[in-house]
Amino acid sequence: MNGKFDIQDLTAYWHGTMLLKQVSMRIPASEILGVIGPAGSGKTTFLRALNRMNELEPGYKAEGRILLDTEDIHAPDYDVVNLRKRVGMVFALPVALPMSIYDNISYGPRLAGIRNRTRLDELVEKSLNAAFMWNEVKDRLSLSGLRLSGGQQQRLCLARVLAMEPEVILLDEPCSGLDPISTGKIEEALTDLKRQYTIVLVTNNTKQAARIADKTAFFLMGELVEIGPTERIFTAPTQKQTDDYITGRFG
Amino acid sequence: MRVPPRHTQRLAIAVLGGATLLTLAVLVFIIFFVLEKGLRIINFDFLLLNSEDMGKAGGIFTTIVGSVILPLLAIGVAAPLGIGTAVYLTEYTVESKLTKIIRFGTDCLAGIPSIIFGLFGFIFFVTMLEMGWSILSGGLTLAFMVLPTIIRTTEEAIKAVPKSYRQVSFSLGATRWQTVKKVVLPNALPGIVTGIMLGIGRSIGETAAVIFTAGSSLRLPGSLFDSTRTMSVHFYILAREGISTDNAYGTAATLIIAVLLVNLSAYWMMNRFIAKRS
Repeated sequence: MNGKFDIQDLTAYWHGTMLLKQVSMRIPASEILGVIGPAGSGKTTFLRALNRMNELEPGYKAEGRILLDTEDIHAPDYDVVNLRKRVGMVFALPVALPMSIYDNISYGPRLAGIRNRTRLDELVEKSLNAAFMWNEVKDRLSLSGLRLSGGQQQRLCLARVLAMEPEVILLDEPCSGLDPISTGKIEEALTDLKRQYTIVLVTNNTKQAARIADKTAFFLMGELVEIGPTERIFTAPTQKQTDDYITGRFG
Repeated sequence: MRVPPRHTQRLAIAVLGGATLLTLAVLVFIIFFVLEKGLRIINFDFLLLNSEDMGKAGGIFTTIVGSVILPLLAIGVAAPLGIGTAVYLTEYTVESKLTKIIRFGTDCLAGIPSIIFGLFGFIFFVTMLEMGWSILSGGLTLAFMVLPTIIRTTEEAIKAVPKSYRQVSFSLGATRWQTVKKVVLPNALPGIVTGIMLGIGRSIGETAAVIFTAGSSLRLPGSLFDSTRTMSVHFYILAREGISTDNAYGTAATLIIAVLLVNLSAYWMMNRFIAKRS
């Protein structure tokens, strides 16, 4: 069976330091993959490899293959702009661009060439709805995104990604700076969204992975230690390191 | 002997506050001195009539025209060049030996005395390219003179735009140019405008480079190839040749007021722009 993503022997270096070591896995569609591991285990590098954001850092080098729908995203003529439209990303710190809520959400679609105002309006409403914040902001779409609270800004970022109508959503510790209620809202949105999207969620909060991930992958020192159904990873891990990490003995 | 912190604290406030006060006092003194001597000369005739008798009588209208056209031409040439260079250096190149050399070069260029630019402009534009003493020669010379300032301030402004904005933009499928156009430049605009204002200020006040390249004709210029005289050159000639001290101060006061107006309107525009975005 083919996954949405098929990663084969991915090894990544940054200025000669190995960040990822021969990672191979399949990421199936319409599921949430939780990625856990201690700081410096390579989980963020792994995530950013999937939409080639790592390349923006000089000194990054990757080997191995990453197939998205069986196409190699490292192929020389592969369109990276198009890749990032299909594979959206939400960062750890909520970054609202200094423009209105409406312009934040319509940023991606406009880049893609959508000019029709009705179509943009639709997208904005649909995306904000999916991020559970339409009712909070529908009367003040012209307000600057910077005026929103941290939790709202992060849901704005999620809505902004959804407005591109991507196929995959990558989330890099999206709730690390958020209170439990905002976290709950994001998790609710993600659980709702996985029917249509493939979701990869990097999290420092193992409980969050346990709550919403269908599969969980555990990274340690750049290596994929174990991947499997979340329930099994958290109840009967096959590797001792996984057990140690999820029970809090290290990390 | 150890001085207790609350004493050093008081001392710090006194020294720092004193420095600020002294700076302000000097500034206010200069402005008041010039305005006090010059304001009573200024009236509609002074502003709107042509000079007569080498500037002894009549107004300063043609020099106001010169002081508007020259900086405009200089900024019109230097701003696109400078902003383009700064964007290229910060967004399109990786920090390397070459960019360091280019940056060092612009810094050196910024430190060159203006009279050297004047001499260069005289040899290159006026003589070699046979443009003569003209608005074009003067404007281009001033453009080269303010170019380093514009490049460096724009670069600093662009670097101050958070990296995360660029990452977000790229992650939403933007190309580099789209990111520059939609995120980087709008956010760097206040800094860029500051650089342009500095450039305008420098070129309005410039005297040495202008005498060498634009000449000092008091006639109203009819084209870019005509010579012109700016207010600062007029002031210099009136004072130096002892033609009319009163008219010299009148010109100086007009110049100061003009610079103040330019700065105030730039701040006003910038604040409106910032208020709209945040």
